[in-house]
Amino acid sequence: MHVDREGALRAAREWDARYAGGGALPPLAGLPVAVKDIICTAGMPTTCGSRILAGWVPPYDATVVSRLKDAGAVIVGKTNLDEFAMGSSTENSGFGPTRNPWDPERVPGGSSGGSAAAVAAGMIPLALGTDTGGSIRQPAGFTSIVGMKPTYGRVSRYGLVAFASSLDQVGPMARTVADAALLLHVIAGRDPKDSTSVDIPVDDYPGTLPRGARGLRIGIAREAFGQGLQGDVGEAVQAAAAHLGGLGAVLTEVSLPSIPYALPTYYLLATSEASANLARYDGVQYGLRVPTDDLFTMYTRTRRQGFGSEVKRRIMLGTYALSAGYYEGFFLKAQRVRTLIRREFLQALDAVDLVLMPVSPTVPFRLGEKVDDPLQMYLADIYTIPVNLAGLPGISVPCGFSNGLPIGLQLIGKPFDEATVLRAAYAYEQDTDWHTRRPPVVGQTHSQAVAEVHKRDRATPRPAPKRGAQTRRRSSRKSKKARTRK
Amino acid sequence: MPIDPSVVDRVARLARLELSDEERQRFARQLGSILEYCATLNELGDDVAGTPLPRDAVLAAAPDHEDGFFKVPPIIETE
Repeated sequence: MHVDREGALRAAREWDARYAGGGALPPLAGLPVAVKDIICTAGMPTTCGSRILAGWVPPYDATVVSRLKDAGAVIVGKTNLDEFAMGSSTENSGFGPTRNPWDPERVPGGSSGGSAAAVAAGMIPLALGTDTGGSIRQPAGFTSIVGMKPTYGRVSRYGLVAFASSLDQVGPMARTVADAALLLHVIAGRDPKDSTSVDIPVDDYPGTLPRGARGLRIGIAREAFGQGLQGDVGEAVQAAAAHLGGLGAVLTEVSLPSIPYALPTYYLLATSEASANLARYDGVQYGLRVPTDDLFTMYTRTRRQGFGSEVKRRIMLGTYALSAGYYEGFFLKAQRVRTLIRREFLQALDAVDLVLMPVSPTVPFRLGEKVDDPLQMYLADIYTIPVNLAGLPGISVPCGFSNGLPIGLQLIGKPFDEATVLRAAYAYEQDTDWHTRRPPVVGQTHSQAVAEVHKRDRATPRPAPKRGAQTRRRSSRKSKKARTRK
Repeated sequence: MPIDPSVVDRVARLARLELSDEERQRFARQLGSILEYCATLNELGDDVAGTPLPRDAVLAAAPDHEDGFFKVPPIIETE
């Protein structure tokens, strides 16, 4: 979305000089990091993927960004996302979609699809994502990288533009578990500016990685291997479980019978919170204003023009679920089911150290395949959403391919036990070679990659695109061109 | 089943959203099917209160009580 060429080069030169001068360096000294464009960066535009915030430059850094800078990271720019992180494909960006480096005809997942694609394509080693219902883990799985959603409260949300405040969490995206552990260690910890961040000591994640999987009790979630799961995705995840068993983990089965209710629960709660959080975009404090004679019409018209379809749909759903007459039947009911789901997870995690399941029910789907069917799109997050509702830490680790398309393994841990999640993921990763494979675009220059996409576009016969689709594709090229300036 | 267009209008007004005619129809249809799906939560049923303890038995354990309530010294000063 934005590349800070000058700023990044300046910071890199400074770290080069400090390196040459000798002496101790902070953990991320000189390392390039990209930041999802829903996290505030002082002096650098933050759009949230929305036209309503186009051109807005925050006057402050999010706590995670200032922690990155203190640790020596070089912030190179901002990555694309579904508008306000609402989506599972990055097609809902107001500035055009991001493509999957493994197959440019397919989505990189979402909503942190820009961060995932940039890391997978080798543009940068580290990125920040955010995860409200799977937005780090699902794109990580779709692009064969590592992505982790920490426990709710582990990482500060100060300066993260709010979507659903009781679910949102910032987390690391990287090519390896060790890199993700390093990045998480820098951003984790209590922040006085976020009252929901928790004052529990941060474990030495990089240091505890090599302890292995021996003796870890891993529960395979029975309900996650049923209807709707693509056959070879399920097989790859089961094989990964067996592999962990071979490394000395003790495999059992756990039951989470309320999992099928997680999706409707999430879509009521997340949209309700979003409808309140997004009330602030009304043409008064920042971003777009559509000038009119009266205030009410200024609000409604600004929001009509500034928000995309999915954001409007979710605001409508959330407003409905909170409105008089529907509150008890929808919002309150969903809150109760949320408690039920959390209780089930905690009960399961009494008997095991980790719960294992797929990240997504399928491999990456094609651009445009689900845009007109919101319910189908929501189903892409069926295994990641319960983890947000329960507030637990979860990771996505590469565990195979189906016809060249990535498959992710999900491991879920006890509250604030990120160390065990990372340790098991590391043991699996170090004993497999999925993470060493690179998508075909790696090694190509940018213009070669673009030429290839165009060649494919010409070679693949496709139905005449609808008008909306055409606009989308055009804007995607435009945004690509903007990125080449890097 | 699509939700009533008048409900869509009322919700849009609450949400400070101006909708086009096309959006009005589309949202009525899409929100209808999403809400139908969300109604699966009703399969879980509501919590039902069980038989409570008899009031007299509970009050009998309290140091002081009156008219069916626990009794404590005044907590708000009277002038």
